Amino acid sequence: MSVTTAPRARRASARRAAAGYLFIAPFMVVFVAMLVVPLLYAGYLSLFREQLIGGTTFVGLDNYVRALTDERLLGGVLRVAEFFLIQVPLMLLLGLLFALALDSGMLWLSRFIRLGIFVPYAVPSVVAALMWGYLYGPEFGPIAQLAGTLGLPAPNLLGGDLMLGSLANIVTWEFAGYNMIILYAALRAIPSELYEAAAVDGAGAWRTAWSVKIPALRPALMMALIFSVIGSFQLFNEPQLMQRLAPNVIDNAYTPNLYAYSLAFTSQDLNYAAAVSFLLGVVIVVVSYTVQLAITRRRT
Amino acid sequence: MTTTATATAVRAASGGSAMPGRRRSPLLTLAMLAFLIYFLLPLFWLLVASTKTTGDLFASFGLWFADDFALPGNVRNVFTAEDGVYGRWLLNTAFYSLVSAGGAALLAALGGYGFAKFGFRGNKLLFGVVLGAIMVPSTALAIPTYLIFAQVGLVNTPWAIILPSLVNPFGLYLMRIYAEGAVPDSLLEAARIDGAGEFRIFRQVVLRLLGPGFVTVLLFTLVATWNNYFLPLIMLNNPSLYPVTVGLANWAGQATVAGGSGDVIPLVVTGSLLSIIPLIAAFLLLQRYWQSGLAAGGVKQ
Repeated sequence: MSVTTAPRARRASARRAAAGYLFIAPFMVVFVAMLVVPLLYAGYLSLFREQLIGGTTFVGLDNYVRALTDERLLGGVLRVAEFFLIQVPLMLLLGLLFALALDSGMLWLSRFIRLGIFVPYAVPSVVAALMWGYLYGPEFGPIAQLAGTLGLPAPNLLGGDLMLGSLANIVTWEFAGYNMIILYAALRAIPSELYEAAAVDGAGAWRTAWSVKIPALRPALMMALIFSVIGSFQLFNEPQLMQRLAPNVIDNAYTPNLYAYSLAFTSQDLNYAAAVSFLLGVVIVVVSYTVQLAITRRRT
Repeated sequence: MTTTATATAVRAASGGSAMPGRRRSPLLTLAMLAFLIYFLLPLFWLLVASTKTTGDLFASFGLWFADDFALPGNVRNVFTAEDGVYGRWLLNTAFYSLVSAGGAALLAALGGYGFAKFGFRGNKLLFGVVLGAIMVPSTALAIPTYLIFAQVGLVNTPWAIILPSLVNPFGLYLMRIYAEGAVPDSLLEAARIDGAGEFRIFRQVVLRLLGPGFVTVLLFTLVATWNNYFLPLIMLNNPSLYPVTVGLANWAGQATVAGGSGDVIPLVVTGSLLSIIPLIAAFLLLQRYWQSGLAAGGVKQ
């Protein structure tokens, strides 16, 4: 009996492993073609340089050396780092507060509020940037109109001093509701035994939020934070659209991605653009890991 | 895992509070309504602005309607400008995003189920590689992808937008978690004993159980493709292939040049308003599905 079942069982498990490979195959094929190959190709391109005389030559890491001393690129990286430090904590804090308020069960109209705050996520960033651009604008923007009615000087929201803040406002408007929904979903998933235990211990709403809910949200917050690192460092759409309204404030190297775009499609310097994109990817991975390490270390 | 996911679904569906019996707070409600105004006021402005002529945009207060109600005329102008190219853009966007979202959700469902329920060799390693790829910035891929597509003649075709949008590592991650919770092993064993093939099991049993996760990935890929700007900006230079984002950005560029003299600003404003209606409608109509899909994703991360 056991003599006959053993090979059959083995055959069944081999067949099942084959089925497993077939299930993941479509995803993995597209993954390799659309993600791995372009990444490797960018790495390859970044090792060459195209010159008018002599054509394309292998230059090793020269493009990277050039990038690391390129003040326009470094300026852009510092700018998005500053953007990350200002905008992301604000956005996540708002998302967290909204999610806790919704989950507390202390709100009237909570469904309406939840969907209303989430709606901007469904607005394309192009539309958000165009709309806010008009709202900020001096000609028919309501902010300038209100200031004019009150006899106050209108703040120049498209000027050099305030531009980064104006961009941060657009991105916060777009994504605070999304983060709220992610955190709210995680809050709803906290097992009710934890609440019962907290209630037995006599914990009030604030105490429960602080000692039960926020610790349980750590993985979801971490995920939101990582996505925010990626979003901040590859900022493109909003500054690219605001560039037309304020060409003197936003130049072609305002963010690293704008820089890579203009290198590739305006200056036709594809090899250097590939090196810049690659370096930007490295910066994002390093910052993401640093953030993760910092948070996990604090926990232990 | 299964029980938690079910409990979550029930709690999310019933919409009940986490702590029943807690008293509602007028102060907290008012504070949240104040925030709600911040999130909805710009959209209200957009609605008001699309009822105005260029002259009224400049002459009247932005947050209230002018005497002339120009919305029907503006809508007509949006759809007739440049031989009706706006309708074309909307159809392009709908086509690109529906095909991308359907494809991405199907790939993620197949793959997520494969990773969750089959212990083949290399499972953990491959999944780790995909998970690490979440951090690869999509815009860093856009330039090399453009160069590859240029060599194989895919630039300036719908494929240039659809193919890169089919890969959604986060979607795969979400589907794996969802499949672990929603598909009981005992059910799979029973179907196998009945002699059903693996793909028949997937089609007839698993896909139905993965429903909310599937809709979640579908909707979020739909939004990502619908909102995509960088990729089509690079890949397409034929206006009749533009999605609505690139088209509107082009009109906005013309409006900046023309200033208050042209009639392009009402086109941009009204076109923007019309372009956001379908997605908002999709989110509202499908909210039951994506909310429970997200809730299950939040159980274990």
